Amino acid sequence: MKKMSIPERLASNRYVTDEEESHIVVHQELAKSTGTGKRIIAVCPAHVYAEEADGTISVEYAACLECGTCLAVASPGALEWHYPRGGIGISFREG
Amino acid sequence: MTEAVEPDFDVIVIGAGIAGCVTAYQLAQAGHSVVLIERGETPGSKNLSGGVLYCRSMMEVFPDLLTEAPVERKITRNYIQFLNGNSAIGIDYQDARLADPTNAVTVLRAKFDAWLAEKCEEAGVFLMPGVRVDSLIKEGDQFVGVQAGEDALRARVIVAADGVNSFIAQAAGLRKKEPTNHLAVGVKSVVTLGKEEIEKRFHCSADEGVAYAIVGDCTEGVGGGAFLYTNVDSVSLGVVLRLDDLIAKGKRATDVFDHFLEHPFIAPLIKDGELAEYGCHLVAEGGLAMMGELAANGVVIVGDAAGLTLNTGLTVRGMDLAVGSAVAAAKGIDAALKSGDVSKQGLAGYRTALFASFAGKDMETYAKAPAFLERPRMYKEYGELLGNILYNAFNHDLTPRKHLVAVAKDSLKKSRVKMKDLASDGLAGVRAL
Repeated sequence: MKKMSIPERLASNRYVTDEEESHIVVHQELAKSTGTGKRIIAVCPAHVYAEEADGTISVEYAACLECGTCLAVASPGALEWHYPRGGIGISFREG
Repeated sequence: MTEAVEPDFDVIVIGAGIAGCVTAYQLAQAGHSVVLIERGETPGSKNLSGGVLYCRSMMEVFPDLLTEAPVERKITRNYIQFLNGNSAIGIDYQDARLADPTNAVTVLRAKFDAWLAEKCEEAGVFLMPGVRVDSLIKEGDQFVGVQAGEDALRARVIVAADGVNSFIAQAAGLRKKEPTNHLAVGVKSVVTLGKEEIEKRFHCSADEGVAYAIVGDCTEGVGGGAFLYTNVDSVSLGVVLRLDDLIAKGKRATDVFDHFLEHPFIAPLIKDGELAEYGCHLVAEGGLAMMGELAANGVVIVGDAAGLTLNTGLTVRGMDLAVGSAVAAAKGIDAALKSGDVSKQGLAGYRTALFASFAGKDMETYAKAPAFLERPRMYKEYGELLGNILYNAFNHDLTPRKHLVAVAKDSLKKSRVKMKDLASDGLAGVRAL
């Protein structure tokens, strides 16, 4: 199989994107002081999180595969993460 | 005393995965009114597994499973591999007895769970897809319903089958945030190769297939392992990485997955394949230590939501235990509904039934497995040691041959593994597994 970038891999998936609201909120100061930012970047298989030049963590919520791993490694209060609204988000065809 | 609001259903089940569907199906068959609420646009669309279902428990619920359900291949070959950077040692276990009666099948959950939900509807379950449950409704000490956006639904019993993240179990006070050594992230690709190519590449007949369980360099030494399972015309392959160790080693999950896919002993297996889907899943690995209370007043938890998963080193199980917990929960809920007592005490029959069944007993048997699997040498040193012993046995470099025991002793001396590690890990392994 030829090597593909993460966005290329995600492009083979089906998503129903929520244009109105993100299901993820990073609280920047706590994300930085607790190391949560670095951890969620490291564990996320969809590369939802990235560190910007100013040190803040950006969130590409539409790429989320909804596994919840980021929440599992986040320090209390640094990350709000819940499932997208009903019928929205990743829609596996294989699973 | 105020008049109680009449419930809309006897039972609300949250989550149309295996645990949720089987609970809903059995309760509907027992004559109860059941609603099955699923947040995905269709049942199965949020669900993902590695893919091996040890299917005997499911066949007790659905006797025609193998002919009716969209299962992929019967697993009759198990390949256990220690993978090193430049060597690999495998145990290739193939057995015709695993086909009759069928022991395990591969499944792709988006297809399989859609079929399960159909069976539920046929049994009279009211299916509500595309609805996310936001919270539980509590009156006094009793949970009496669920809130989904503006809508409220009431039932005598609520079943949280909402998976490993189970926000509902947390809301009911049945689960807390898990420590990261109890959790792993699974990263997986489904790669299409074609039916004939699968059979050629993996030496299997038309409806049979292989399950690889791999440990070592596949995770770059991170606690966990890798897998490769054959489907009808694709393979599911991925890595499972224990979160505490992934973070401690400072690695990125996707880099480890790429390292696995590009490993010279793995890449040929998926050569010229087309990516069909890329997915991931949080895996509970705490075993019995992760399981707590299973019921509160008016609520029970089943499957992944209850922490019912097992990694025994050789087999990784979740779906069969989900069935086991669902069958036990349906029994407990049926008795509670009939007696009219749906308090925590009234629902206690679930726990009793679970620990009387294979699912609860297996959780107890393998209670020490997670701690054993946290011992670090499994993921690097032992594979390399084995590889070096075999290399020295097979590499005829014109130095005089030594007896195999001497070769092994030399290799052990050069390895970071000490004799006392071998003894300690060996003893712990025997006790845990």
